Amino acid sequence: MKYMLLIYDNPNTREVFFGEQGAELMAEVDAIMRELTESGELVGGQALADPSNSKTVRVRDGVPAVTDGPFAESKEQMGGYLIVECEREERAVEIAARWPNARFAAMEVRPIMDTSGDVM
Amino acid sequence: MTTGEPVEDLLRELAPQVLGALVRRYGHFDACEDAVQEALLAAATQWPRQGVPERARGWLITVASRRLTDELRSEAARRRRETTVAALAPVEESVLPAPGEQRSPDQDDTLTLLFLCCHPSLSPPSQVALTLRAVGGLTTAEIARAFLVPEATMAQRISRAKQRIKATGASFEPLPEAERAERLRVVLQVLYLIFNEGYTATSGPRLQRLELTAEAIRLARAVHRMLPDDGEVAGLLALLLLTDARRAARCRPDGSLVPLAEQDRSRWNQRQIREGAELITATLASRVPLGPYQLQAAIAAVHDEASKAEDTDWRQILALFELLERVAPNPVVTLNHAVALGMVHGPAAGLELLARLDGDDRMAGNHRVDAVRAHLLEMAGDRDAARDHYLQAARRTTSLPEQRYLRSRAAQLG
Repeated sequence: MKYMLLIYDNPNTREVFFGEQGAELMAEVDAIMRELTESGELVGGQALADPSNSKTVRVRDGVPAVTDGPFAESKEQMGGYLIVECEREERAVEIAARWPNARFAAMEVRPIMDTSGDVM
Repeated sequence: MTTGEPVEDLLRELAPQVLGALVRRYGHFDACEDAVQEALLAAATQWPRQGVPERARGWLITVASRRLTDELRSEAARRRRETTVAALAPVEESVLPAPGEQRSPDQDDTLTLLFLCCHPSLSPPSQVALTLRAVGGLTTAEIARAFLVPEATMAQRISRAKQRIKATGASFEPLPEAERAERLRVVLQVLYLIFNEGYTATSGPRLQRLELTAEAIRLARAVHRMLPDDGEVAGLLALLLLTDARRAARCRPDGSLVPLAEQDRSRWNQRQIREGAELITATLASRVPLGPYQLQAAIAAVHDEASKAEDTDWRQILALFELLERVAPNPVVTLNHAVALGMVHGPAAGLELLARLDGDDRMAGNHRVDAVRAHLLEMAGDRDAARDHYLQAARRTTSLPEQRYLRSRAAQLG
């Protein structure tokens, strides 16, 4: 099963990652990435730019309205994602728990839909 | 000059033989496997243009041996131990099989390779990937496309699987009799997984995924040829043939799923149904020990032999499920058993059996339980409850076409 691990940030996490502790945290991230690459579980992933760079697009009555900033006005914003393929959900949860953002904001583990299927 | 598919078919047939010949001579399963893969790639590019060499197998062995010795030499050079390598050469002529001694060692090699690739220390996905490459002769890129992951990810899985086999110290030798039965079960499971990956595909790089069903059937045939008296091998081959026979009818052109009861049975592959049915009939009559693949094949045969859904012999299917629950009890069997029970003794009986799964952790949150419950409730005429359970199943599934199907069933109930 493929899972997306949504990495959440809050205003503090970005500061922490750029602060004194930053190098240590990045080393943790690198170690996890290395492990996932070597195990063949890593399918993909990207970091997102700061949400202040976001544009939110809405179409109402056929008219697009584009505003600056993220869609949800919350402190927690998605900062990036990983896609992993694991045999069990427990393993995906374990990876999420080790990702530093889980300590500062949160990680969300969500199965990815696939196009395989069978019915009786 | 041969082009296209015949070359590919030939290469896949020869892949395990060439690998077997190399590993038997040199050991180093992991290095041999890489060398054979390179030789196969060379052949795949050269043969369609230049024609298939007269001794195709010998050609591949020669090319693979050269790659292997190059690799081992440079490896050894790195370790400054050239002397041991001198003993490896000369290789090319001596590896070529003498005329007449072709068949039986190849067959043994293929089986030994299958057992190695399905080593119990590997996870099922690794077993699948390694089997497809080392025994099936598929390239890493093809396997990656079929499993919808980047090529680098698949390459890493394969190389890690080989490292793990190396670490266990498993050697390329026929298994002791005592271990064979258990390991054969893993091999059959791996072939079933390969088949299922291709069979359940409704979209995506469709061609590659459909190839997986053909590959699984081809490998199951090969194992059946080697072990014709094994009931479960015959059972698996029959099950794959009888299931694959319905493939053309199970999906609409837009990718939506058609349940068995609504399939256009004129589109079922009658030749495959005959072959599968004859195989399972002969196996069941031969008094070999019964196993789950034989029983599942028998159930598939009963479905396939009904020319209309209403003609399905549900009593016989129910009897087979009762047997299957005794031979190989598991919650998925119970689920399908409940459907058969509902068809024979009415939905209330089916729902009662289904209730047994309520406390079963293995099925907690599984959308199939909701889907079967919905189906039985619909049969019982409880439209509201049926709709709720179809919608619950639709929320829980991670399959897009199943979600679409379950939502359409709910919508039909208003």
